Amino acid sequence: MKKVFKMEELECANCAAKMEAAISKLEGVEKVSISFMTQKMIIVADDEKLESIMDEAQKICKRFEPDCRIVR
Amino acid sequence: MTKKQKKLLTKIIVSGILFVGGFIVPYEWVSLLLFVAAYLTVGYSVIIKAVKNIRQGQVFDENFLMLVATLGAFALREYSEAVAVMLFYQVGELFESIAVGRSRKSVSELINIVPEYANIMVDGELTQVMPEEVEVGDIIIVRTGEKIAIDGIIVSGQTVIESSALTGESVPTEAAVGDEVLSGCINLGSTIEIRTTKEFEDSTASKIMYLVEEASSRKAKTESFITKFARKYTPCVVIAAAVIALVPSIITGDWATWVSRALLFLVVSCPCALVISVPLTFFCSIGRASASGILIKGSNFLELAAKAEVAVFDKTGTLTEGRFEVAEIKTYGVAENELKYYLALAESYVDHPIARCIAQLSNEGKDHDEVTDVKQLPGFGVSAVINGKTLLAGNEALMERNNIEYVKSESELTVVYAAVDGQFVGYVTVADRVKDRAEKAIFRLRKNGIKKTVMLTGDKEKIGRYVADKTGIDEFYAELLPDQKVERLCEIRQNGQSVIFVGDGLNDAPVLTEADIGIAMGALGSDAAIEAADIVIMDDDIEKVALTVEISRKTLRIVRQNIIFALGIKFAIMLLGIFGFANMWMAVFADVGVSVIAILNALRCGGR
Repeated sequence: MKKVFKMEELECANCAAKMEAAISKLEGVEKVSISFMTQKMIIVADDEKLESIMDEAQKICKRFEPDCRIVR
Repeated sequence: MTKKQKKLLTKIIVSGILFVGGFIVPYEWVSLLLFVAAYLTVGYSVIIKAVKNIRQGQVFDENFLMLVATLGAFALREYSEAVAVMLFYQVGELFESIAVGRSRKSVSELINIVPEYANIMVDGELTQVMPEEVEVGDIIIVRTGEKIAIDGIIVSGQTVIESSALTGESVPTEAAVGDEVLSGCINLGSTIEIRTTKEFEDSTASKIMYLVEEASSRKAKTESFITKFARKYTPCVVIAAAVIALVPSIITGDWATWVSRALLFLVVSCPCALVISVPLTFFCSIGRASASGILIKGSNFLELAAKAEVAVFDKTGTLTEGRFEVAEIKTYGVAENELKYYLALAESYVDHPIARCIAQLSNEGKDHDEVTDVKQLPGFGVSAVINGKTLLAGNEALMERNNIEYVKSESELTVVYAAVDGQFVGYVTVADRVKDRAEKAIFRLRKNGIKKTVMLTGDKEKIGRYVADKTGIDEFYAELLPDQKVERLCEIRQNGQSVIFVGDGLNDAPVLTEADIGIAMGALGSDAAIEAADIVIMDDDIEKVALTVEISRKTLRIVRQNIIFALGIKFAIMLLGIFGFANMWMAVFADVGVSVIAILNALRCGGR
């Protein structure tokens, strides 16, 4: 399923690119795209795993940008 | 400014004062103390971030590079330089953050056509609710000056609405009970009540907004290239810096010089100028285009449109208005009014676009009392008895079949001849009007790198030639069936040129999808067209095709400028650095200064 999440305090374009690369490697993620400009993450992933995927994704984002939050 | 930006600004000011103090104070140890204080004030957040990132395995980020470079400067007893670098870096960061924030805001304002609320009646009182909560079939009330939140049909009231948020053109249209209205339009007249026909999410405004937002996720090749490049480039520079710090130092023994040169490398190495400015340029262009009623469904399409060499047009509804008009009336032996009267009466029985247009020539005798014996003659025309006189109206073949002596028209258009009781009385020519701006559009396309323009039509050869001549199109193919249009397009594509196809998106969806870039025109309210096309022009202004290509080319030009400029400066400073001609100040400029300039350059795409 495709879902769109807003991302707060996404302030570094290079970090957004790194987050995207890392999240796309998570299991169950089919496709992910982070738009630095619109501050949004569009993710296509397994429905059942979505919750755990998003938890992981949030951790990844924190790693690159400590203040970045995914609004769920 | 956001809270974060204000905080950063305060830090910069305080640190700046301490820094200046460090210069003024005559005692060396006090001055050093002030420098350290200035450094920590402005740089502690960078240090914290760098340490955090190292712990998480993120070594080569810019915080780390700044930390190493400034600590290195301290170690070399270049205290003021260390502070200056950190200070300068943060000033650049602040600038960057403000510029990005501004452009995010201005572009989202450009594309924000979605209303925040809808009015409904609850227990006889007007109540504002979230548009998501309104269900299909509910009645919403739109007052003067408000945006229509959800697509629907007017059930009460009469007004004037304006669709400039959707089309980019402000052309107010009247709307009354029974008319369909689209969300995103503004109600200029009096209050209306609308019965919604769609959910908020499926309404025009929401859909368009969604597409524009999603557009930046379809990344252009240049964007992906830059991201990949950045991933390799930073480690390369770091390795180069390590080599510079070690190898010459071991050979010459002059550690201070070479370590400081290596540090300079590190400062220059951040690829941020590119990583920010390239997507920003695409984003601004998409925003700019959507403000003009051009919906670009992905950054990649901008890139493709900029490289396009051939533009293929559908005729009807794209180059022409798609509405027939009488171009010429020629009479032989009768008054013009009489000819109009006869033709209009007879053709009013025929259901064909051309007949409908001729039927509007005259309103006389429209109660049809005088007309008897109407016969439609497929492939020829129509015959009718009007006031006891037999009228024949149709093509040349009809005249010849009835052995009528007639004057053949020289016109390239569709000609309808008329004869009364076997006597030729004149003809009218009918044309699908070529759009006023079509010629200008073709001209502008040619100025923007389109080498060949082609028209495809299902109509007759001579009509095709007429339209081609009038618009200045290079080539045309006539009498094509819909699937032959696809074949033609494939043939054109075989030359390896990138091809734009422009159509109305209704009956040419297969051709739209086949082209490198499919542009649908006049697509407002047509979900099918919006679905099939890569780029959607909301109204039927053909010049916007040229505008699309112009915007694309400008985008790519700015992207290229930024890449060359940023890498050029960085490599130049690195080179100067190796030979000892560059200082830390220049290095910081090559990092944040270049970023800011590249961002400002990118923002040019947002302007009209």
